[in-house]
Amino acid sequence: MLTAIIFLPIAAAIVLALCARNDKQVKWIALAASLAVLILSLIVWAALDLSNPAPQFVERHSWIPAFSVEYYLGVDGLNAPMLALTGLLGVAAVLISWHQQVRVKEFFFALLALQTGILGVFASLDMMLFFLFWEVELIPMYLLITVWGSGRKEYSAIKFLVYTAASSGLMLAGILVLYFSVGTFDMIALRDTPFTTAVVTSQGVFFLLIAAFAVKLPVWPFHTWLPDAHTDAPTAASVMLAGVMLKMGGYGILRLCVSLFPGVAHDYAWLIATLAVINILFGAVLVFRQKDIKRLIAYSSVSHMGFVLLGVASLNEVGLTGAALQMFTHGTITGLLFMLAGMVYEKAHTRHIPDLGGLAGKMPVLAVAFVIAGLASLGLPAMSGFVAELLVFLGAFGVYREATILAIFGVLLSAGYILWTIQRVFYGPEKPRFAHIGDATKSEILPVAGMIAVIFIVGIYPALVTDTFKAGLAPIVHLLGGGS
Amino acid sequence: MPIRDYYLLSPEISLASIAMAVILLDTVVKRKGLLAIFTLAALALPLAFTISLWGEEGRAFGGLLIVDQFSIFFKFLFLGVTAAVVIASQDSVTNFKRFQGEFYALLLLATSGLMLMSSTGELITIFLALELSTLSAIALVTFFKTDQAVEAGIKYLVLSGISSAMMLYGMALVFGVSGSTRLEEIAQAVGTTRLLDNPALLMGMLLMVAGFGFKISSVPFQMWVPDVYQGAPTSVAAYLSVASKAGGFAVILRVFYVAFAGVSMEWSMLFAVLAVVSMTFGNLIAMFQSNIKRLLAYSTIAHAGYMMVGLAAVAARNPIGEGLGTQGLLFYLTGYAFTNLGAFFVVIAVAQKLKGESIDDFAGLAKRSPLLAGLLALCLISLTGLPPTVGFWAKLYLFSGAVQADLVWLAVAGVLNSAISAYYYLRVVKAMYMSPAASDERLTPSPAISLALLVTTGGVLFFGFAPSYLLDFAVRAARGFPG
Repeated sequence: MLTAIIFLPIAAAIVLALCARNDKQVKWIALAASLAVLILSLIVWAALDLSNPAPQFVERHSWIPAFSVEYYLGVDGLNAPMLALTGLLGVAAVLISWHQQVRVKEFFFALLALQTGILGVFASLDMMLFFLFWEVELIPMYLLITVWGSGRKEYSAIKFLVYTAASSGLMLAGILVLYFSVGTFDMIALRDTPFTTAVVTSQGVFFLLIAAFAVKLPVWPFHTWLPDAHTDAPTAASVMLAGVMLKMGGYGILRLCVSLFPGVAHDYAWLIATLAVINILFGAVLVFRQKDIKRLIAYSSVSHMGFVLLGVASLNEVGLTGAALQMFTHGTITGLLFMLAGMVYEKAHTRHIPDLGGLAGKMPVLAVAFVIAGLASLGLPAMSGFVAELLVFLGAFGVYREATILAIFGVLLSAGYILWTIQRVFYGPEKPRFAHIGDATKSEILPVAGMIAVIFIVGIYPALVTDTFKAGLAPIVHLLGGGS
Repeated sequence: MPIRDYYLLSPEISLASIAMAVILLDTVVKRKGLLAIFTLAALALPLAFTISLWGEEGRAFGGLLIVDQFSIFFKFLFLGVTAAVVIASQDSVTNFKRFQGEFYALLLLATSGLMLMSSTGELITIFLALELSTLSAIALVTFFKTDQAVEAGIKYLVLSGISSAMMLYGMALVFGVSGSTRLEEIAQAVGTTRLLDNPALLMGMLLMVAGFGFKISSVPFQMWVPDVYQGAPTSVAAYLSVASKAGGFAVILRVFYVAFAGVSMEWSMLFAVLAVVSMTFGNLIAMFQSNIKRLLAYSTIAHAGYMMVGLAAVAARNPIGEGLGTQGLLFYLTGYAFTNLGAFFVVIAVAQKLKGESIDDFAGLAKRSPLLAGLLALCLISLTGLPPTVGFWAKLYLFSGAVQADLVWLAVAGVLNSAISAYYYLRVVKAMYMSPAASDERLTPSPAISLALLVTTGGVLFFGFAPSYLLDFAVRAARGFPG
């Protein structure tokens, strides 16, 4: 089942590369594959037995016996929603690229290959497999940015690649130290086996691992690749980047750093909390200076990922659940924001905010959608962002009171920049140069409506997602000593 | 038993005989194309002998020749590389009016020298084998007789002469200290003395490293590499970058593992430092190259650095046990052979049609020949060390070996260097896929080069998905290793 989910996209990519006769077929094949992934991942999620903490849908085969690398997949409460999120954004990314004209076949090939890489990261329970998929996703993303991007795309693409490759090297070193100390790559077994200090202390391994995740998430001061990559990537790639690839970082912190080294995480939670606050405030302040819509959303991502860190730093059930939920909701909200920004750009041919204005009259549907996404992003109740941030604050307040209070200022700032942006882009006097632009087309409304629906559903009935995360986090919380 | 002695030496003997036969054949055959086919077909003979030796352990000629799994692993590697190079050089060699037979003969002689290098346990024999391969290679480098080729050949000749002299001097010093040229006896004499207390031995060892460092193109013995690669026929450059380097590593492993095992901690540090310097130097300079062969030349220096990580790891395990270092190095050498040959063969295919070797000539290659562009991209990804290629696993095993030997810093240095290398490898990929082509004329590779490409890139992909087969082979070879 999991194998099918992971390899469906790449199989479809190969089929469309070899068999598709025209661009239309390519798009339909890509859509069918990503829809199938979404449906399958939802089935897996629905069928997941939450009372059982062990991984389910396990597929386990020996792959490289000499090195005890296994092909080991499985889902629990922590990664099932992430798989579904990837499926959802995968469909959205295909739909949003429906009008792609340039090198259509290669574009969808790269997009689907990327999806396989991300799904593999989330589903792997063998660390070496995890690392392999972590690296697999680099090349398609590099190509997506460098071939189909805009602006300084080549610079941004190589920056993304070098940052990620260098940091994942540190992760590899950490994984190998773990392996030679404990003798297995099995994440579940590693969680249950205490790490005995080898040449590198457990603190050392913790920081080697977290380095890669910190770059991916991204954590200040390793965030500089993100605004460049997000801004210059094509819309679909921005959606995938912000929507799910950043979450690989948060997921890695939860799955590997916190769960394998609860003690170290405890000792250094203050550091994580400090970085979280810096991320939230620094990101939010920088947002105000941005003139490019996509760059603006990118910096808001930096700020929002700070909440994930803050939730992690709390190291209790509520906070961790909040962090996981924040990843999920941020995936939907920011994915949506990037889609909308992409549509605005496609119609207005500029992303420069001072040039825009008064678009609401010309594109009412997009304007409404942008307002909804913006409000969700700033954490309005009844939308998913609110629940996640609330949980994070509840979890963190008891532990890091000052940090939490500072972080709440971040919410205020985000309210400010979101509303200001909406005002500058969609309201104000209509400009003559935009007299002939139209609203969203039907194929564009569909994914937008779907994402908005998810945002509301999770906002109104968050238990749908939080129960799953809680079940997935239970073993980690248990290791942390019941949430002290 | 002398008969058995000759049987153990049969792969080398048959290879050298074929070399003679090719030259003789050259004088009688009118259709020179047959020479390549004959060479290829005849390679089956040493291959058959090597297969029949598979599983044998033995010594011959009073211990001068050692046949074990380790040496057989290298014999397979050398024969495979030679076969691929013969196929790939066929097109450029047929352009010659004369000396076609000599080209193949020299190639075979160089290979027999390398094979001998991997299976000897005695210093003088090592020297002879090394000279056999180097002198043949010098002639091959100058084969086009252009100014550039001759310059490259002279450079190679002079520098290899200097390094051989240094190595001989080192061997003499080691002989003076230990009273023997046999590695095992040297090991007994050396024992576990501290190197710093024994300056003559230290000096001898360093001088030998200088000689071997030339072969594996490690810094600071790398000066010849870019010029020779640029001036030599591309297929010869490919051969040097892969086979010659593997031969150097085989000797280093054998000499240091056997003779200097007692002082392994000292030479571990030496190789660790050389590794970091080599890969950093190679990668940094490679960034500024505009000629693809020079780029690959600096990349090969960087890869020598990665491989020396394996050497350092082998040595750092004290007491020496079954570690990942040797296996990782053997795996890396093979993976690198597939990958680098593939990359060079694409360069040959493109240069045949365009008469150019600058990176600009590769602009828009994806339009003109999607297949060639795709294969080169695959090889470059493998050189960077990203999945799903053999290069990923090769780097993984090598760096695992370093971590296992408690050299975490070295593994980290290696991985950071790989990230740097992504920059210039992907620059070529970008040129092929992004830049506009000079013309829209299609490029179709010749049948011979297509075959060579099929084999090498097929290996890159196959072992990218199923590394176990190759790894098991490497594990076996490393286990049969004395020490």
